[in-house]
Amino acid sequence: MNQTANVARTGQSRPEVERDWSRTIWTALTWTVLAVLLAWSWAPTEMSRWTLLFTDAGNMAEYASGFTRPDFSEWRYYLEEMIVTVQIAVWGTFLAAAFAVPFGILSARNIAPWYIVQPVRRLMDGCRSIHEMVFAVLFVVAVGLGPFAGIMALFVHTTGILAKLFSEAVEAIDPRPVEAIRATGATRVQEVVFGVVPQVMPLWISYALYRFESNVRAATVLGVIGAGGIGQVLFESIRGFYYPQASAMLIIMLVTVSLIDVLSQQLRKLFL
Amino acid sequence: MTAISIRNLSKNFGNKRALDNVSLDIERGEMVALIGASGSGKSTLIRHICGLELGHSGQGKVDVLGSAIQDSGRLTARARQMRRNIGVVFQQFNLVGRLSVLSNVLLGNLGRIPSWRGTLGLFTAEEKRAARDALARVGIPEVAWQRASTLSGGQQQRAAIARTLVQRSDILLADEPIASLDPSSARRVMEILAAVNRDEQITCVVSLHQVEYARRYCPRTVALRNGRIVYDGPSSELTNQMLVELYGANSEELILPEAPVQPVKPKRVVEPRHVPAFA
Repeated sequence: MNQTANVARTGQSRPEVERDWSRTIWTALTWTVLAVLLAWSWAPTEMSRWTLLFTDAGNMAEYASGFTRPDFSEWRYYLEEMIVTVQIAVWGTFLAAAFAVPFGILSARNIAPWYIVQPVRRLMDGCRSIHEMVFAVLFVVAVGLGPFAGIMALFVHTTGILAKLFSEAVEAIDPRPVEAIRATGATRVQEVVFGVVPQVMPLWISYALYRFESNVRAATVLGVIGAGGIGQVLFESIRGFYYPQASAMLIIMLVTVSLIDVLSQQLRKLFL
Repeated sequence: MTAISIRNLSKNFGNKRALDNVSLDIERGEMVALIGASGSGKSTLIRHICGLELGHSGQGKVDVLGSAIQDSGRLTARARQMRRNIGVVFQQFNLVGRLSVLSNVLLGNLGRIPSWRGTLGLFTAEEKRAARDALARVGIPEVAWQRASTLSGGQQQRAAIARTLVQRSDILLADEPIASLDPSSARRVMEILAAVNRDEQITCVVSLHQVEYARRYCPRTVALRNGRIVYDGPSSELTNQMLVELYGANSEELILPEAPVQPVKPKRVVEPRHVPAFA
């Protein structure tokens, strides 16, 4: 608008574009903050050693060469362990989704009163903020090495995540059908069952499937600390310098995780 | 017997006075129109009668069929059981979009059947038959298995009325049931409501935006302005002249531009109670 006004006043054919100083300062400030942040983190993280990536590239190549000839002679065993890993994710996600339904509803502000919402939310925050690896260590101590510890670790952590996602879906519902159900003389539970759940079901299913994908990835890592599955076997073979075997396992993991990602994405499309 | 009795009900939304000391009696079997411009308190009054909204604390009382549903701004303990005798139809239909039409209609049973059975959604064959009969009664038996969200506005509103028929309530409250509908759907919905009132002697309270519909379908009209009752009497005596007097410039939105319809004869003669508007 300024420009056209200038044109009209001065009769110039090429209007002068005024410099927007607030934008310039803002941009400069953003880059400065980023630069300071990076500089501050440089020394403590030993970033100066980046040259080693090139000078000592030979070491890496030698180490990696161990992985270039994957040994699939025991593929049946690896596949079995991979399936156990998936099964850990199945149970961990299922238990989490089942518990996230009541916890999610109880931490939705439009359903439960604040004196229930707040404690439930804090509990879920706790479940979510602690990494599944930490829970896995705890459960290995409690129930011993093996897949069950992995299931429990995924279950607790995922419950925290799904309860939050579920409650956000509940808070976004249309309240009017719920009101209509209340007007028939229905109980509070019936209002939730018939008014809330049908509205949020597609989102809930989608969230649960997405977490299942993530949990398959997480379960492979959980094995490293002894919580069962292919991760455990992988870590043992790396420690024993059996690189060709480890390489075969990594390939199996890669293929399985990609397959499950694709499958679950297709499934989620069906529900949304 | 008095179906609905409201005494000294007031309600504020923030600084806005939505209901101002409203008292009103509606007898059993009546068909009453609530009219008024936008924001005059029609919907608020209806929501207070079924206990979805609570009056100003410390005063006001709403009795339905002889017992209180809310008293002094608090819901009574019997409110939930009482709601099953009060069917409500909403402007936006308020069906659960992802459920089938039949499931939506079956939800009308929730207040009547044992709560464990309702919660699990276990409806008997007889209840299902009643739901289909209700859909046939409102003229949409063919959509029973469709998702409610796929219906047109007029069909959704008729499904919502079927839900209240299944509820077998003694009172039917309709909060602007035709405000979101085209004229022909609006007429069908009003005819269904009038038929329900005539055939089952269900007390009907219908809030309407246009006085023409009140004159055609409701013998009695209660007019609200700024949360106060400014007219209560036979619909036939509420002339356009009087509306202009009551609502000034706002009266335009209450009067349809089409030709006046033949007014119905009041079933029950109500003394016109013309409350001075500018008191």
